[in-house]
Amino acid sequence: MTPLQIDFGNQERVVGIDLGTTNSLVAYMDPAGHPSVIPGEDGDKLVPSVVTLHRKGDIIVGNKARAALIDEPDRTVYSIKRLMGRGVGDVQEELKLFPFRVAEGSEAVIRIQLGERTFTPPEISAFILRQLKKNTEAFLGEPVTKAVITVPAYFNDAQRQATKDAGRIAGLEVLRLVNEPTAAALAYGLDKRRDGIVAVYDLGGGTFDISILKLHDGIFEVLATNGDTHLGGDDIDNRLIHIALEDIQSEWGKDISHYGDAVQTLRRAVIEAKERLSSVPATNIELNYKGKHYQREITRELFEKLIADIVDRTLGPCRACIKDAGVTVEQIDEVVLVGGSTRIPIVRNAVETLFRAKPHTDLNPDEVVALGAAVQAGILAGTVENQLLLDVTPLSLGIETMGGVVSKLIHRNSTIPASATEAFTTAVEGQRNVLIHVLQGERELAKDNRSLARFDLKDIDPLPAGMARIEVRFLIDANGILNVTARDARTGKEQSVDIKPSYGLTDEQVEAMISESIDRAGEDFNARQVAEARVEADRILAAVDKAKQNDAYLDLSDEERREITRALNELLVVYHGDDHLLIRAKIDQLNNVTMKLAENMINAAVSSALKGTKI
Amino acid sequence: MGSLPSNYYDFFELEHRLDLDLKDLEKRFYALSRQYHPDGYTLKSREEQQYALDATAILNDAYRTLRDPLPRAEYLLKENGFDIGEQGSKNVPPELLEEVFELNMAIEELRGGDDSARPALEDARNKFVGMRDQVDIELQAKFTEYDRTRDSNVLSEIRGMLNRRRYIRNLVNEVEKELTGAAA
Repeated sequence: MTPLQIDFGNQERVVGIDLGTTNSLVAYMDPAGHPSVIPGEDGDKLVPSVVTLHRKGDIIVGNKARAALIDEPDRTVYSIKRLMGRGVGDVQEELKLFPFRVAEGSEAVIRIQLGERTFTPPEISAFILRQLKKNTEAFLGEPVTKAVITVPAYFNDAQRQATKDAGRIAGLEVLRLVNEPTAAALAYGLDKRRDGIVAVYDLGGGTFDISILKLHDGIFEVLATNGDTHLGGDDIDNRLIHIALEDIQSEWGKDISHYGDAVQTLRRAVIEAKERLSSVPATNIELNYKGKHYQREITRELFEKLIADIVDRTLGPCRACIKDAGVTVEQIDEVVLVGGSTRIPIVRNAVETLFRAKPHTDLNPDEVVALGAAVQAGILAGTVENQLLLDVTPLSLGIETMGGVVSKLIHRNSTIPASATEAFTTAVEGQRNVLIHVLQGERELAKDNRSLARFDLKDIDPLPAGMARIEVRFLIDANGILNVTARDARTGKEQSVDIKPSYGLTDEQVEAMISESIDRAGEDFNARQVAEARVEADRILAAVDKAKQNDAYLDLSDEERREITRALNELLVVYHGDDHLLIRAKIDQLNNVTMKLAENMINAAVSSALKGTKI
Repeated sequence: MGSLPSNYYDFFELEHRLDLDLKDLEKRFYALSRQYHPDGYTLKSREEQQYALDATAILNDAYRTLRDPLPRAEYLLKENGFDIGEQGSKNVPPELLEEVFELNMAIEELRGGDDSARPALEDARNKFVGMRDQVDIELQAKFTEYDRTRDSNVLSEIRGMLNRRRYIRNLVNEVEKELTGAAA
């Protein structure tokens, strides 16, 4: 340990967040030093990653928003993680299967329509993060501003950047992005402290990852990772929905695939059926819609046939990962299962067959990633010692060269942080700019890889062709995110680099979203005050209603009764507005005009009480 | 925060040798990772964070280079003023000329749909793999020789062997691509 690491002067709380496709969770290191998941207001540890824009303008997240999927499908969005860091061109396949309402004019950054407003995927993810932040603050009774957020290991630069942006928009300083399978290994390894080779198979709601790690004396060294960022439980659900929709079309003579509420009700039904099939050999999918009833039996055998190719698609990445890790199947000591989809027996069987080992399931596959994120948060905060994660970049990084060919600078599965320096020069005399196109992927041609960004080296000193020498340093940080710096090798001067991300938000856009979310926070605050004023109004309205039945009310003069009625009506008029001050004013007015009534009632009660006690 | 050695061997405090004890290298890598990894600096000043990031990037790049014998040898050659380009691997080593000629014929036949060329290709692959393994053995011997003698003529020989090996590796890759491609 270096002297730098010893002063733990101010220990700030850092939480771990699993921002999942289907569910999100937040966990922290409890006082006993164990990672622990923080429940939401409703006591549920899983916060469904569903966001709805309520008609009154509030954003609702989680279980309540999930209910809105059926009632308000046009104002609700789920599985937003599938769109993080992607452009409209990338997601045409997803759009066929998911009811995402992409706003017009979306290109490199998608905007989703929720009711009358539009949001980018990082903003929607930020709503989920803000809910988790709120849950944590309520639970711990202290503000939380720092977090570790997990991402699929196979997420590319844009997807990671989008996740980091979401954190910033939510008011969280994202200290680290941690790969989900690695986080899971951390959660397992903490108790065991065993040395050996471990494979983590992570099949979640929308993404698949496989990572192979070497554990040695508290160091978790990732040897290789592979995966598919568009493969998961959602795909399984879509298979079942597809079958049910076909059945319904032939039984009812009606295609209901365009009715958002029907499809969402059906989605719930197939998910429940899918979950039951993990423990029973057969079950029913049922749908009641507008007085019509649909039911079909599905056996586990049929289910397994239906999803066999989805399970198969996970095996290719597994084999590639084993090869890249430079190990044999026999050398892998343990297999850890992560993600809700690994509860499906056929998935477990496939993993068992491939790795020839019985997979570990002692930790809840829904929670293990969040628990690992909390451990990593503890490592960063200095409360967990001796554990160290050494992760890798999942994709090779390269630049486009002559003829559209990619020249690789940092190879996939390199331990991060990793860097490479490349020298660039000019092609014509007096050239002032050099444009560099950076890509991620394994293919040979630039067009087959993922465009990451274009960097413009500007203000190069005018020189004869080939004389300038600009050294560009590409550095992938511990979050798996690329940083680029450049310097003029002749003068040693820092060279300015203008970055145009191919997908995703610019810094200015994120800043604008942060300030907008602060404005919105003002709106949220107002909404709360209105809600509180209404509660008070309800109370006095109920009291006045009851008092009207009392004899004391009849003892009032006509004028006094008229005044009460007027104040009552005025309060009812402002009740549905969103001016809490006006509601309060009318409450006070009603209080004033009913003062005498209240006094009379108290007097009557007192005198009757006195009568009762007189001997 | 002292300045960091940019030389990979110096970073690991190792002698500039071609033959390295990989267990020892790994031990050093883990120890240095514990010392420099950004995890330990997250709540420190920006300067300290940057220092940790730069140090770990060099450490990881160094480990990646030194743990594999071939990149390690290329690194040491470069350090000693040898020019390491892909150039050398593009010229066919004269002793391989005939083999490469036959190989190209077999590839042409297979591409033309003549599956009878397959066994010939498989033979070729096995032969090239054998050659590659042979080069590796010879290289290992030269590594030991250089570490003992520090003779720059040995380095020059190593450079020639690395070029030859790269050429053979390319052949193996090419044959494998043809074999799996044709099967698909």
